[in-house]
Amino acid sequence: MAKGIIQNKDSFLNNIADKLERKRKEDVSLPTWKHQPQWQVYKNESTDGLMAAFQKNSTERNVDVYETQQSELSVTIEKIINEYGGDSIVITKDSRFSEYGLTSLFDTTQTHIWDTAAGKENIEKAKHADIGVFFSDKSLAESGTIVQFNDKDIARSVSLLPITYIAIVPKSTIVPRMTQVTHEIHKLVENGKEIPTCVNFISGPSNSADIEMDIVVGVHGPVKAVYVVVADR
Amino acid sequence: MPMKIGEKQFFDRIEDALQDDFMRHAMASAQDRLRGKKLAATEGDKTIGDWEEWRSAGEEIRRHTLENLDFYLDQLSENFAERGGHVYFAETAEDANRYIQDVARKKNAKHVTKSKSMVTEEIGLNEALEEIGCHVHETDLAEYILQLDDKDRPSHIVVPSLHKNKEQIRDTFKTKVGYMGTEEPRELTAFARSQLRDVFMEADIGITGCNFAIAESGSLSLATNEGNLNMVTTFPKTQITVMGMERLVPTWEEMDVLINLLSRSAVGQKITTYVTNLTPGVEEDCVDAPKEFHLVILDAGRSRALGTEFQSALHCIRCAACVNVCPVYRHIGGHAYGSIYQGPIGAVLSPILGGYEEYGELPFASSLCAACTEACPVKIPLHEQLIRHRENYVKEKGRVKASEKAAMKAFGIGASTPSLFQIAVKGAPIFMKPFIQDGSISKIPGPMKPWTEIRKFPSPGKDNFRTWFKEHQKGRQ
Repeated sequence: MAKGIIQNKDSFLNNIADKLERKRKEDVSLPTWKHQPQWQVYKNESTDGLMAAFQKNSTERNVDVYETQQSELSVTIEKIINEYGGDSIVITKDSRFSEYGLTSLFDTTQTHIWDTAAGKENIEKAKHADIGVFFSDKSLAESGTIVQFNDKDIARSVSLLPITYIAIVPKSTIVPRMTQVTHEIHKLVENGKEIPTCVNFISGPSNSADIEMDIVVGVHGPVKAVYVVVADR
Repeated sequence: MPMKIGEKQFFDRIEDALQDDFMRHAMASAQDRLRGKKLAATEGDKTIGDWEEWRSAGEEIRRHTLENLDFYLDQLSENFAERGGHVYFAETAEDANRYIQDVARKKNAKHVTKSKSMVTEEIGLNEALEEIGCHVHETDLAEYILQLDDKDRPSHIVVPSLHKNKEQIRDTFKTKVGYMGTEEPRELTAFARSQLRDVFMEADIGITGCNFAIAESGSLSLATNEGNLNMVTTFPKTQITVMGMERLVPTWEEMDVLINLLSRSAVGQKITTYVTNLTPGVEEDCVDAPKEFHLVILDAGRSRALGTEFQSALHCIRCAACVNVCPVYRHIGGHAYGSIYQGPIGAVLSPILGGYEEYGELPFASSLCAACTEACPVKIPLHEQLIRHRENYVKEKGRVKASEKAAMKAFGIGASTPSLFQIAVKGAPIFMKPFIQDGSISKIPGPMKPWTEIRKFPSPGKDNFRTWFKEHQKGRQ
């Protein structure tokens, strides 16, 4: 990939250094922070404890939460799709669908599996889909949040355009809070590894309180959200 | 439209605000709700431990970042460019607008979608793009409402349309875009969704502000609730992000702490519905992401605060927690400040960015109760900075009015001359007699006019302290 162009950097940064009454800094070491309360949240909490917090906080965010075993996952999702009126469905291109035994569930004419070869047609399909289904890469107990590491296959549109999204949450993805995820990404950067170009923390359906502070659920993103927590294989 | 709101003088703006009963009621009610939600999500949420620890963590991170701002901005720009993004360092609002206009021209852009961004309000970006024939679509619900209503201006950093009620919004929708529904927020919101759905898909460029840029990877972290930011940064081929030069963190780990402080302090949420972190370098065959990224890093007066007593004002994370506790904002609302940055932080920042000539009176719009300082999640000593501004405004700039100077001089002479002082004290009840009604003064000309327009002034007592004290001493003997 060609490097982008940077304009006016030196004069801009020299001015900052002048105002700070010193020379430009060539190297700065990040200090060890004196205050790090983030690591104390749900410290030493059991998996069940984290699950309970995740469920409680998700429900607070207007999310319907289901818990199931892998053997029941396909049936559970099918029920949810019927309940929420899923005549058309879009799902990400993700090997986990087959790993969790969901291939046959989505092998139907009403489901569109994201495929970059289909180009813009993918977006049209997502735009008209009732339900989008995808896996959560990380899930946050503190706030009932699911996380997507988006790329060309784990498409952003699947969690964004349909009226309802269903996030499949493998239990092992539940961590106390954002801290554990950002730490992991920081380590990737530190080790010179690539990071996802879109890391999206999503907590329930879209909402707004812009009119007289009255909360309305469902604005430009999904109107309904469902999490299906599945015990790991 | 740039940072400035309206052409009226400060006192006239306040007068207008005090006459607007709905607005004052809306501000008070919004403040109460926002403050209540914030308290529940901060001191009230025991899951996160001691909120003071979080504030200290935020302060520590912001101080370190600003002290090393040149280094981290260098790192940010190099990492952003390394992944294929373009970076433009803009010294002024005009520089930023010119660069963005150039990008829009090169892309032959006709439609631009925008998520909520105070910094683009500050530089008047919409007008700059309209000048070259672009149609700019505000997509945040509040900004959409304001744009439709003849480009009304924001009255709150986080909820810009706070001064409008649902009936006014319904009428605006009816007049401007043929809305036929009721004033129910749910219905109004659904209408906005339907109006903007195709606009999102067809836009040539998506423009965002920036909550925090992450220096170590050249990433941009954006906290929102409505999903519009995700639409703006998913479907157009080109993304432009404008950030104030201070809005960055060293690594992803500091982003975590600051997003937590922001979400909880601004809207009382444990986390906003979306925290979207975008990094250039999207795969070529990716269907739903921009392929071209531009980052505009703006000074526009911010560097004037560096190395001064106001440096920590740049620590601000734009949560508006100070606005939501300010007794002055409660009564005069956002527009009276005459700046898109209102409340205590507005009164500190606006003079830094726009100068004392335009905004020097704002630091006087404060009771110095220090509620703002206590509410700030990154511990900016806001009330102390307001005092410093006042000192600078009066001393360094010599902006004391001639009448005020004369009055102070007269007082100096009177107070240092016992005979004159006695005459003044004894004469006060006589001089003030024409203005006294029912034992108090409700209208008086001259320097006391602004006071008596709002509240009554007590009439001078018949006895003064010296006379009373003499009598008191006699009584004791």
